[in-house]
This record gives sequence, C-alpha cells and structure tokens, in this order.
Amino acid sequence: MSASVLVLYAHPRPETSRVNQAMAEAVRDLGNVEVRDLYALYPDFDVDVAAEQKVLAAADLLVFHHPLQWYAGPPLLKEWIDRVLERGWAYGDGGTALRGKRVLSAVSTGGKEAAYQHDGFHHYTVPDFLRPYERTATLCGMKFLEPFVFHGSYTASESEIHAHAESYRTHLAALQERLSKGEA
Amino acid sequence: MEQQGLLLNAFYFLAAAVAVVPFARRGGLGSVLGYLAAGVLIGPYALGLVANSEDVLHFAEFGVVMMLFLVGLELEPAKLWRLRVSILGMGGAQVVGCTLVIAALGVAFGQTWEAGLAIGMALSMSSTAIALQILNERHVLGSTAGQSTFSVLLFQDIAVIPILAILPLLATGALDVPVADAVEHADAAGPAWLRALTLISVVVGIVLAGRYALRPVFRFIAGSGIREIFTATALLLVVGIAVLMQTIGLSPALGTFLAGVVLANSEYRLALESDIEPFKALLLGLFFISVGMSIDFGVLAAHPWMIAALVVGVIAVKLVVLMSVARTFGLQGEPNLLFSLLLAGGGEFAFVLFQFAVTEGALDPATAGALVVVVALSMVATPLMMLALDRMAPLWRGSVVKRAPDVIQPEGHPVIIIGYGRFGQIVGRFLSANGVGMVILDNDPDHIDVLRKFGVRAFYGDATRLDLLESAGGDTARLFVVAIDDKDKTVETVRAIRTRFPHAKVFARARNRDHVYELWSAGVTLARRETFDSALHVGREALVALGEHPFAARRRARLFAAHDEQMLTEGFAVRDNEESLVKIARQSRDQLEKLVAIDKGTAKLEKDDGWGG
Repeated sequence: MSASVLVLYAHPRPETSRVNQAMAEAVRDLGNVEVRDLYALYPDFDVDVAAEQKVLAAADLLVFHHPLQWYAGPPLLKEWIDRVLERGWAYGDGGTALRGKRVLSAVSTGGKEAAYQHDGFHHYTVPDFLRPYERTATLCGMKFLEPFVFHGSYTASESEIHAHAESYRTHLAALQERLSKGEA
Repeated sequence: MEQQGLLLNAFYFLAAAVAVVPFARRGGLGSVLGYLAAGVLIGPYALGLVANSEDVLHFAEFGVVMMLFLVGLELEPAKLWRLRVSILGMGGAQVVGCTLVIAALGVAFGQTWEAGLAIGMALSMSSTAIALQILNERHVLGSTAGQSTFSVLLFQDIAVIPILAILPLLATGALDVPVADAVEHADAAGPAWLRALTLISVVVGIVLAGRYALRPVFRFIAGSGIREIFTATALLLVVGIAVLMQTIGLSPALGTFLAGVVLANSEYRLALESDIEPFKALLLGLFFISVGMSIDFGVLAAHPWMIAALVVGVIAVKLVVLMSVARTFGLQGEPNLLFSLLLAGGGEFAFVLFQFAVTEGALDPATAGALVVVVALSMVATPLMMLALDRMAPLWRGSVVKRAPDVIQPEGHPVIIIGYGRFGQIVGRFLSANGVGMVILDNDPDHIDVLRKFGVRAFYGDATRLDLLESAGGDTARLFVVAIDDKDKTVETVRAIRTRFPHAKVFARARNRDHVYELWSAGVTLARRETFDSALHVGREALVALGEHPFAARRRARLFAAHDEQMLTEGFAVRDNEESLVKIARQSRDQLEKLVAIDKGTAKLEKDDGWGG
C-alpha cells in the first residue's frame, strides 16, 4: 500500500490560475492521493475543523499546495492552520496526532529564480520565506521536506507549465513510494 | 362521413394512431411514418374503415397552419431578418431550379411546356409538416441544416401565391371543370394593384394588431383567470387570421406565421405555445393519417412500374437540385444531406396545386391523379430516407475525417425562474449580472407589465402546468428556481419538475422549517428558508449595535447558521414526531450556548486555538 497523501490546494482565484490549477489536475487521479481544494470546500472560510482533522490524521504526507503572494500563502490556508492545528491535538500537551508525518510545500512564484537569491531582488530564497510553514511542521512533530518550487509563473510557457505539472505528479508518486519503504 | 357519424370516425382515427404510432416511434421509425401507416391501415385500400379522406385532409391541413404559428412564435423578427439570405436565396434557387428541371424533363417525356411547367411548380414544393415534424423530433430545428430547411419551406409558402396566379395562364385546353372548394384564391382576383394593396394592408394590420392590440386583450383575458378562455382566445386568434387570409386569397399558414413572429417578443408567447401545441399535434397527426389514406392504391396497382419510376425520378431530380443549392450556400457533408433529403419529397401544396391546375385546364385529370399518388408516396419516402441516412451516416463518419460541424444554436437558457416577485427578482438579477441566461415566468399579468417597463423579459403563465415549462425550454434547462409565494404550489411544482425533468436541479424558496421538509420529500435539490439569512443578518447587526465586536458578531452568526442547518437536517428524520423535534431543538440550543461561551472565552476549551494573545 503506497503512502497516503493529503494535498491542501489553496488558490483564491483558481479560474485564472495557470500553474497551480494544472498541478492540481495532474495529481488528482493519483492513487491514494486526496486533493482538497480549500477555496471550493470553504468559500465562506468556515473551515470544518472536525472533518479536516479526520482526513489529516489519516494522511502520511501533507502537501501545502499554493502560490506565494506577498511572500506567503493565501489567507484561507492560514485560517485552516489556525483552526485545524489545535493545541492538545496537533501540539502541546497530548497533541500527538501529527507525529511522524511529512510536510511538503509545493509553491509557485511569479518572479524568476534569480530574484529569489540573497543577492537578488527579493533578498531571500523561497525556503527562507517558507520558514513559518517549516516551524509549524516541526512544532507538530512532522518532518518538513525540501520544497517543490516553480519560478516565473508570469512568463512561463504552456509547455514549461505542463512539464512542471507532470514532474509534480512524478515527485508525489516517488515520495509515496519512498515513504511506504520508510526512506523519506 | 355523415353516414358513419363523427364519433365513430374519431374513434377509428384515434384507435389507429394509438395502435400504430407508439410502436413506430419505439421502433425508431419516427411518428410521421407511424401516422402515415395508420392512415393506410384505416384507408379504403386496407380496412376501409373511413371513407372520404379528402374532407379530413382539408380539415387537418389546419394543423400545418397551427404549426407555422408556433414556428413563428419561436422566431423573433430579428432572427427572421437574419434568415433573409437563406429564405430568398436558397428558397428561390430551389423552387426555380426544381421547377425548370422537372418541366424540362416533362417536355422531354412528351408533355406540353405548359403542362410541364405546371407539374414542375407543383412538384418543387416540399412537405412543411413532415420536414418540421422530423426536425422537431430530432431537436435539430436550430441547427444550420434545420434553419436552411425551414427557410426554404417558408419561401415555398410564399411562392404558392404567384404560382396560383401563373397556373391559369398555362391553360391549354378549355376544360370546363367547376372550381374546387379548396381553391378560394381564384375568387379573390380583381385588379393586381388592388390585390397588392389588400395584401400590404392586411400584413401591416396583423403586425400593428400584434404589437398594440393583442397584448392588452391577452392581458385582460389572463387577468380574468379563466384558463380555458385564454386557450379559446389563442385558438380564436389563429382561426381568425386563417379565415382573414383565405378571404383575401393568401396562404393561411403564412398569415399565422406572421402573427406568430409578431407575438414572439410578447410575454404571452409561452402560454400561447403551450395552449396551441396539443391542438397542432393532434391535427398534424390527423393530417398525416389522411395523407396515408389518400394514397390511391388503385392507380398504383394499375401502373406500378411507372409510379415507382416517377417517385424515384422526382426524388432523385429534386435531390440533385437541392444538394447543389445547399452546396452553393455553404452547406457541406451531413447537414447538406439532411437538408436535401428532408425537402426531396413532395408536399401537401402539390395536392392543392394539381387540383387547381386541373380546374384551370393546365393539366389533364389522369396525369394529375397519377402525380398525386407520386407525391403521396414521396411524402412517405421522406421519413424512410431519414432512417436510411441514420443507417448510412456512421459509414462515412468513420472514413471522412473532416465533417462540417452542425452548429447548434443554443436555443434554451440554462435557468428557468418561476415566480418573479421579491425573492425571484434577487436571484434573477444576481444571475443576469453574471451573464447567466434565463427564462422568467410569473402568473400575474399586472406584475409582468411592470417588469416589462423595466426591461425585464418575463413571460405570463401558470408554472404548475408542465406544458408551459416544456415551452420555456425545460428539456434543456439545467436549473429551475421555484420562487413562488404559495407554499403548496411550490411543493407541487417541485414535484412536477422532478418527475418530468429529472436531469435538472431544482432550487426552491421555502416558507419555514416544515416547508423545507415538504420540499425535501418532493425531491428538491436545495431549499432555503426565505427569511433566514436576512433575519440572521439583522441579528448580527444587533449584536454589533449592542457593543459586540463586528468580527465576533460575524463568527457567532456563522456558528448559529451552521448549527441551525444541522438541527434542520437532524429533525428531518423525526419530522412527524413533535417530542423528538423538541428534544433536538433543546439539545441544539444547549450545544450552541456552550460554543458561543467558548468563542467568547467565558468557557474554557479543552483545546486552544492559540489566539489568546
């Protein structure tokens, strides 16, 4: 049995998304992968905490799948983290529900890779900007994997996007394989 | 007919239709072929149950008149204007082309050129009834092939007028046959300018009356609330126009078509459609039956080979002309074939024209008699050729890679809103702001009047009637919004929609909790209590007014809504048990109080969301 993956796909305007929507479509039919389109599930931001905790508890790998906007994820993802990762469940006394799981950030940036360097336009790298997610994972006893990043969505061609979506699929499948063997 | 009695005849017609047509339809033969077969069955050459088919035919031709009225209703003036090229171009080319080619062949086979021309004109006509019925049955009237077919049929309808004027000029022998009753046109002769003047004034009269006089009349009748009188008014309109047109020597079908077009924009369109539709359908069935009955198997038995050759010849010649006309106007591949096959057979006009040609001495009775059989058989051949087309189509669809796509114009709107009062209007305005097309129905004529003043295209009609919902495009609609005031009528409508249009979603406005349960039982997709959201919003604002933080007020309102929804769902299973309902309500209230306390921070959570800082 391959490891089970929960993809939290958060995009406030999926109808205009080029990269993230294609990525979501590419992994939707992978075995043992559940893609949860957060903005479709909770258009009014009323996250169902019990339901989310249930699917999260059953997953081996949690994926934060979203574009970066103002150096962070979309607000509904923050709302989801705030509401679902309760003390006493996800962390703190008795909060052991997530221990040993893996977390992967699959994100895209509008600017090119060169801009996300210490000597580049934004002064920091994508892993730098993802520190809050990394700490969140670590605090809950989960292992934060190396982020899966797509740069330059403003200027990317259709074929580049298609190739990235395909490699996203390959990447998730490979992670599932390695997790089930206890390698990742 | 007199000897047998009207009732007995009616019994035979209905019995034959009921016995044959459903089987024909199920067997994939289509209803037209079924009616024709039923006609042959009860006609003089099989069971011989009904004599005088000709009287019935004349009576039943009124079905064609009604059909054109309905077609007119579907065709707004702007749409008709867009068809002008295909009507004049394709129609003109087809009628002239077929007439000339057939006339030439007639002369080659020994007819005089006058007789040849008369035959050519009569045989160039196609059957409006058969072609439109087949297009309707296959839902392709809106396709390019369908629109072209319709355009040509419309032109033929117009062409009958000059043809009737030309036929007397072609008279060769002085055959003195009394004028047949079907041909009143001859009486209306008189100076050409006078006829033209009458024609123009009648057409203008119909347009003006349709625009300004008919709507107040319909409004008055609809306001009286007597349903059958509305139906009677609709019938009176069609019959009246037909009589008027006959009096001045024009085609009744053309007149009612015109009236239909004028009324296409009116709010009573859908109500008129659903009222006339059953009459049309029955009369048209009767018409097909009488065509089946009128086939003279005596002539057929006497000259089987000649008749067969003529039928095949006429169809082949017309097919060649039609296909080249269609090609010239850009119809390729399968649409071209559909168009050509539908129009290749003879038409009901030919019967009248042959009779007239004989009376005027342009044609000898024996030839005309044989040709009438040929036309009737070619009419039978039309649905048969459609079956052949269906069988053959897969063959070349596989081999030919590029096929001109049949552009189906989206006729139906995705949403039908029933009831356009305080509730329906908000739904409708929101959807139309998002570019969603909809058909709006309301049963208050005064209200519709006001809406029309604001530019809202609403239709009058009692939406509990399924036929009205069918006219409104129920078969293609994806969503119904039932937003009427009356509780019981809402449930009734939802149930009817669910049964008749199971593919569509049904949203409904609910009065209260019990009404929601009734609607759920009726199979509604979504029922929303009409005052819940606005009342809760006022409650939320009240909290803010009392000093609560606006965002806290929002959270509590969401909490309340979620809980109330949950209680509603739980209560459904025990809706008839008051005790259980009370228990659920009490539990829910306790639970809600607890959750609000937690949200306020006055009660301690076992688990903390960490936002205490």
